[in-house]
Amino acid sequence: MKDVYLVLKNLTRKKMRLFLTVFATFIAFMIFGTLTAFQKAFDSGVDLAADDRLIVLNKISFTQVLPIAYVNRVRAVPGVEALTHLNWFGGYYQDPRAQFAMFAVDAENFMQVYDELVMSDAERQAWIDNRQGLIAGRSIADNFGWKVGDRIPINSNIFSQRDGRTDWDFDVVGIFDGADPQTDTNGVYFHYEYFNETQSFGGDFVGFMALRTSDPSKNEAVIKAIDDMFANSPAETETVPEKAFNKAFIEQIGNLSLILTSVVLAAFFVILVIVGNSMILSIRERTAEIGVMKTLGFTSGRIFRMVLAESTLLALIGGVLGILASGFMITLINSAPIQLPPLILSGAVWSQAMLFVLLLGFVTGIVPAMNALRLNIITALSRK
Amino acid sequence: MSHDILFDLKGVSKKFVKGKDTITVFESLDMSIARGDFLAIMGPSGSGKTTLLNMLGGVDQPTGGEIWFDGSRIDSLSENQLAKWRANNIGFIFQFYNLMPMLNAERNVELPLLLTRLSRAQRKKNIAAALELVSLSDRARHMPSEMSGGQQQRVAIARALVSDPKLLLCDEPTGDLDRETADEILSMLQLLNREYGKTIVMVTHDPAAAKYAKRTLHLDKGVFVEKDLAA
Repeated sequence: MKDVYLVLKNLTRKKMRLFLTVFATFIAFMIFGTLTAFQKAFDSGVDLAADDRLIVLNKISFTQVLPIAYVNRVRAVPGVEALTHLNWFGGYYQDPRAQFAMFAVDAENFMQVYDELVMSDAERQAWIDNRQGLIAGRSIADNFGWKVGDRIPINSNIFSQRDGRTDWDFDVVGIFDGADPQTDTNGVYFHYEYFNETQSFGGDFVGFMALRTSDPSKNEAVIKAIDDMFANSPAETETVPEKAFNKAFIEQIGNLSLILTSVVLAAFFVILVIVGNSMILSIRERTAEIGVMKTLGFTSGRIFRMVLAESTLLALIGGVLGILASGFMITLINSAPIQLPPLILSGAVWSQAMLFVLLLGFVTGIVPAMNALRLNIITALSRK
Repeated sequence: MSHDILFDLKGVSKKFVKGKDTITVFESLDMSIARGDFLAIMGPSGSGKTTLLNMLGGVDQPTGGEIWFDGSRIDSLSENQLAKWRANNIGFIFQFYNLMPMLNAERNVELPLLLTRLSRAQRKKNIAAALELVSLSDRARHMPSEMSGGQQQRVAIARALVSDPKLLLCDEPTGDLDRETADEILSMLQLLNREYGKTIVMVTHDPAAAKYAKRTLHLDKGVFVEKDLAA
């Protein structure tokens, strides 16, 4: 504890330098915290995908549809536990530019396949009972101010009704949360029957199917059985694990992970140079003082530890402030009406940040600390 | 060895290697410093005064010979052992005070006490006593930049005294001060020697400063010429 005071005094002796160095560290960690939250949000689609969930798509492209007749045939495949089908609706509410993920689904089976979407039994039943019923995720419901009992018009930028209208009326009957904080609650789901009966593009097709197997070990057999069943048909299928499907979907945007990692690495490299340079300069200016401390009886090891403590404390102040600021940024982003998976500043991000703080403190402090350790008293005092 | 002898140097040599040349500062130096002595060491630049002071203070090691302090040999101690030895036995006073600019007077005086196991309360008590001894109790919270050279040197003396060392080593303690302030500082050192029995070794260029010492040794090319002065 005796040395903490000296470390603090040394750290704060040049206020402007301290401010600029802490500010640079702060910016780097804010970038790290925010971008890592983005990365984890995008990765969550893969990480949170159930191991026993498979996606059945048209082999040509996932934009091509499949006949509704396939549904019961796939459901009958041994190992298939539950199945729902989904059609992309291309929905928007009031603003055509703000399209969101809205699907027409097999409501009765949907919640069995996607059991991470949590809703009360009463809401679930109300949805099944109401063909115009719609369930929305907490995040999108909050963004648009929807609540259970509302009747809302939603437009499609793909489909139209038989009377030419592009808007459908829905009753909001349920709002679901995610079982995991990272679960995306920006989705909206409604009855396939309502969609199929009213849209004008011809009927009885589904976008894709999602199913759960009785055990992930049966995935391979189920995949083979399904794809073999429709081989050489006009609409061949490609069945893939949900993880692989989500990963391929995200990779369409680009290698996000590489982009985000590169930005974070660049920020840390810059900060390493700035803080390292600042520490070396700071200790060099104190050469004579270190010589005096050694003369008084402070051991080289003790001075070495004090210099390392100083660089670590510097990194810690900037790092903690930066991560706190990224938490604030994330709150702002989450509250904005944009379609993004929920960003979370998880404990893992904090732990990773603290690890980087320690690394930054060590890397930027080790050279000046070694210089202080090796400093000869006579040489040090003669530099006065 | 007599109990009155605090320092005993036996056949001490010191050589520096500079490029291809070897510079000999001391060939075979013998000297003793008695407890309670106030010794001034004078000599021209390059005579070895500061090198001798550094060896006495354990911040430099001899190339050969033995250095005994209070019955223990110190020339063979490791760097860490010497650091502890200095903390326990030596108080240093430098020409340019060498106070820590970011610490106020009392925190500067406290530095040597951070190397002890004393409680905060005990440290405060010792700091107050040391500052009172140098008549700077009212400046305890002042920063070095807020004090004159003489006041800074008094703080440095308080820092040197606070852990009650057996020996004070002063390297040109008045070299950066005007005559009047220098006399104040030297009187203070003389008082510490006479009233408190502190053993003092002072390196100086200034004959007027040397007059405050009990004896003066003249060093020239690594060899002593002793001239006793009236105590």
